[in-house]
This record gives sequence, C-alpha cells and structure tokens, in this order.
Amino acid sequence: MWESFYRNFITNDGYITVLQGLENTLIIAIVGLVIGIIIGSVVACFQVAGKRNKVARGFAVVGDAYTAVFRGTPIIVQIFLFHFVIFPVLGIRFDGLIECCIVFGLNSGAYVAEIMRGGILSVDVGQLEAGRTLGLSYATTMIKIVIPQAVKNVIPTLGNEFITLTKDTSVAGYASIMDLTFAFRTLTDGGTNVMAPYIVLAICYLIIIAIFTVIVRLIERRLRKSERR
Amino acid sequence: MKEDNAQPLSEEVLKTDAGQAPAKKPKFVKTEKTPVEPFDPEALIEVQHLTKSFGELTVLNDISEKIRQGEKVAVIGPSGSGKSTFLRCLNMLEDPTDGYVFFEGNNLCDLHVDINVQRRRMGMVFQQFNLFNNMNVLKNITLAPVHIGVGELRKAKRKNFFTKIGNVFRGKDKKKPLVPVETSAKQIKAEANENAMRLLARIGLADKAKVYPSTLSGGQRQRIAIVRALAMNPKVMLFDEPTSALDPEMVGEVLELIKELADEGMTMVIVTHEMGFAREVATRVMFMDGGKIVEQGPPSEIFGAPKNDRLKDFLAKVL
Ligand SMILES: Nc1ncnc2c1ncn2[C@@H]1O[C@H](COP(=O)(O)OP(=O)(O)O)[C@@H](O)[C@H]1O
Ligand SMILES: [Mg+2]
Repeated sequence: MWESFYRNFITNDGYITVLQGLENTLIIAIVGLVIGIIIGSVVACFQVAGKRNKVARGFAVVGDAYTAVFRGTPIIVQIFLFHFVIFPVLGIRFDGLIECCIVFGLNSGAYVAEIMRGGILSVDVGQLEAGRTLGLSYATTMIKIVIPQAVKNVIPTLGNEFITLTKDTSVAGYASIMDLTFAFRTLTDGGTNVMAPYIVLAICYLIIIAIFTVIVRLIERRLRKSERR
Repeated sequence: MKEDNAQPLSEEVLKTDAGQAPAKKPKFVKTEKTPVEPFDPEALIEVQHLTKSFGELTVLNDISEKIRQGEKVAVIGPSGSGKSTFLRCLNMLEDPTDGYVFFEGNNLCDLHVDINVQRRRMGMVFQQFNLFNNMNVLKNITLAPVHIGVGELRKAKRKNFFTKIGNVFRGKDKKKPLVPVETSAKQIKAEANENAMRLLARIGLADKAKVYPSTLSGGQRQRIAIVRALAMNPKVMLFDEPTSALDPEMVGEVLELIKELADEGMTMVIVTHEMGFAREVATRVMFMDGGKIVEQGPPSEIFGAPKNDRLKDFLAKVL
C-alpha cells in the first residue's frame, strides 16, 4: 500500500497537489479568522454598546440574529447554502477560494463575536469610566483602552478558535476547493488505496495544529510580558 | 413632586427659557421633569432638584446644592446613602432621573452640551484608581491631553482647508479668515510629556514614567491617578473615597497630595471616611443619609456641634 502512495505522491507529482491544498487550507483559515475577528469585534461592540444606546441596540439585534444563524447550522450546510444557493441566486461569481474565505469568515465571526463580547466585559468598567471622565468619547475609550485589553484577554481563546477553524476547513472540498483533505483524496486511486494517504493526512493536520499551538503560546507569553517591564 | 405639578410647570419652563435663549428650543425638558431654574453665576457647580433612581430604589431624592469656586466640600455619610451616586451625577457618569447639574453655567443634562468637553474641566479620582492597564504611567497621563489636543488641531486644519477652498470663490475683500494654527501634533505631544514629567516629579515618581501600573503599589497608583486628572487642568476635582482601597500605611501619602491641591486653591468635592482629614481640609462638610443632604456646615459645627440625630449616631460610630 505504501508503494502506491509513494508512486502517487512522488512519481506522479502528487506532492504538488498536496502543497496546493496546504496553501489553500492555510489561506482559508487565516483569511477566515481575520474576517471573523473584524466582523466579530464589530458585532461584539454593538452588543456591548447596545446596553446604553438605542441605535446600537438596533445593530445588536441584527448581530444576535447573525450569530444565532451561523452558530446554529453546521459549517458544511453553510458552504452548501452559499456555494449552491445564495451566491448563484445573487448572481455573484466568486473564485472558489474567495467564496470559502467569505463563508469561513462569516462562520468564525459568529464565534469570535461571542469571544470578544466576553473579552470586552472582562475589562472592568472603571477604566472606561476613567477615560470618560478625562473627556474622551465612548468610542475613543473603547478603541484605545478597552478593546486592546479585551483582545489580549481573548488571545488564547482566539487561538483555539483558529485551530478549530483550521480543522473545519477540511470540508472546503465540498465547494470544489483543493484543500489539504481534498488533495489527499486525489491520491487514493479512486478510493481503492485509502489507508496510507489518510494516515499521512492526519499527521499533516497534527503537525499544523501543533505549530499553531506553539505560536499562540508564544504570542500569549509576549503579551503578558509587555505588562511587566 | 413629579406628577402633581407637571403640567403648569412645563409651560413655565418654556417661558423662562424663551426669555433667555429664544432661538433654542429646550428639547431636553420633558414634561414630567422639574423645570430648569436660572442658575447662580456665582456657583461653579449648581445642582437643582437632583433625583436618581435605580428602578424602584430612589438613591438621591431632590437634592439642590451649590458649590462655589475654591470650596473644599467633604461628603460623609453611612455606606449606601448615595454619596458615590451624588458625585457621579455631578459629571454625568450617572444620568440623573430628574433635576439638573450646571457646571460653569452649562446645563450638563442638556444634550446640546458636549459632555466630553465639560468633563475635561472636571477631574475625577476613583476608589479603585482605574489606571489604564495597557499603558505605562506616562501614557496614562498624556493619553487624554494628546488625543484631545491633536483632535482639535485636526479639526482646525480641516476647517481651514474648507475655508481656503471657499475663499477661492469669494471676493477679494470678502475672504474668510483662517483659524490660527500655531502648534503641531509633535509639539502637543512634547508639551504633554513635559507636563506629565513635571507632575510625576512633583509626586516623586518620575522614575516610574515607563513602568506599567500593575507593578506599582496602591498609594503610587492613586497618586498617579490624581496627577492624570490634574494633567487636564481641571477646575474642580471629584474624589470618591480615594483612600478606601489603600493599605493603611499608604493613606497618608495620598491625603498629603490632596491636601496640597486644596492649599493651592483647587475646588474639590471629596467623599471620604477619613474624618480627621475632612475636619482639617474641608471648608464645608455635607452629611448624606437616605438620598438627602441631611445636615451641612463648616467642619467645626458638623463635628463639634452636630444637630441631626442620625449625624450624631454616625459620628459616634466612626469617631
Ligand atoms: N448601578 C446601580 N444599579 C443599581 N443600584 C445601584 C447602582 N449604583 C448604586 N446603587 C445603589 O444605590 C445605593 C447608593 O449607592 P452609593 O451611591 O454607591 O452609596 P455610597 O457611595 O454612599 O456608599 C446603594 O443602595 C446601591 O446599592
Ligand atoms: Mg461609595
């Protein structure tokens, strides 16, 4: 069985497909997380500000509906919906990779919103009040004081979200995207030689996740240090 | 007080307000609210019929009070009597349920008044210090002056830009003058830094400028919080139990600094449990209980010859 895998992987240039898949997987995970952080932070800000401002409350309701939808359905269903229903109906034709980035971004945005909301609430209101009494606006105080601390507080949780997201990208193949999983599927001789490719696939994910875990730890430690100089 | 005289009074509001400023409609006056009375120009802060409720609980009950320039007002009273809420209503950290607060003649409850501009002249010091944990000491002090200074500079430049464009189309002698811009963002920053270092040197913490708040003692943090408020050149300082969260050996250094400010003529309102300090520094002591200012007067009278029974009880417990 290893011979056929070796043949497919090296001799038949399968590694090129795998590298392509790895690249797509990483792009989807990273871009998805960035989109997710932006959307999630905005939604979280509206949810927090909605407690004291009527306009923000309107946006917060929209945000609540958004998180409910994206947390309440499986990611694969969201991919089907966007790939086969929503984008075609809207007449939008994106590159498959961009499509995936958008869907994964929207999906992780819903989770990041919840994470960021917790992070913002974890910063004690005293600092917000102190900023306000110095004459800074609510927005300025949030941006300069509360959100930086909130982000720092949630970095470990965001790291976990990123790891989950990376693993979730394995369903991107259903939208005909050549991700890591899909790439290894092409090396199975049409499903007859599955063992070796799938074992190697699992090891690949393990290594990627291990690297990410180390990076998250390093960032976390660095941030913690910056407070004690 | 609210329901029974709401109708006739609301008409009166329109009349008095029309007399003062006919152009502006008093949007902030709702019919069920107590009308605005003309403020006393002598007072730095004037509180009119201030009422604050949290749901069913009325914490402040129709307080009217004036604080003049240079006064040092100590607010004492049992825990839960509304002292903090009173102080927080003075700079709108709490929105009054009813009544008005005037600061230098500006009605802070009026939504036309930019509360952020007014707050620059009202320093506040909290029990829990509330330093910004993501910034070092110097940045804590300079953040607001720099941000506000640079913001105003940008605004002036933007205005000049549009004036210049407009001037192209204006006749030679009709050109609009530009707002003078004499400073730069760099200069604002440099000045703020210099001022902050001067303030830090004053409290003997110049060597801590680059340090983060989490490494400092409570007393150091509170003195930096005071200095941070001073960096805005406030007209009045509001202290909410500034020494209550401190270890006993650090209370002295903070009170010492507050006393210095008092001696320099700073107007201040201090909620405190330090009766000795109130007696020494205050020009007027207010005793609050049940959402009212029950008794007030010079410290010698309040501590020496209290009249109210609840005040006597309170003093017997704390002295
Ligand atoms: N944000 C709030 N929500 C509900 N109740 C509050 C709030 N702030 C204060 N209170 C209540 O108001 C009362 C007065 O509080 P406070 O002004 O802090 O008293 P003091 O400072 O004199 O101890 C207390 O009973 C407190 O529980
Ligand atoms: Mg209090």
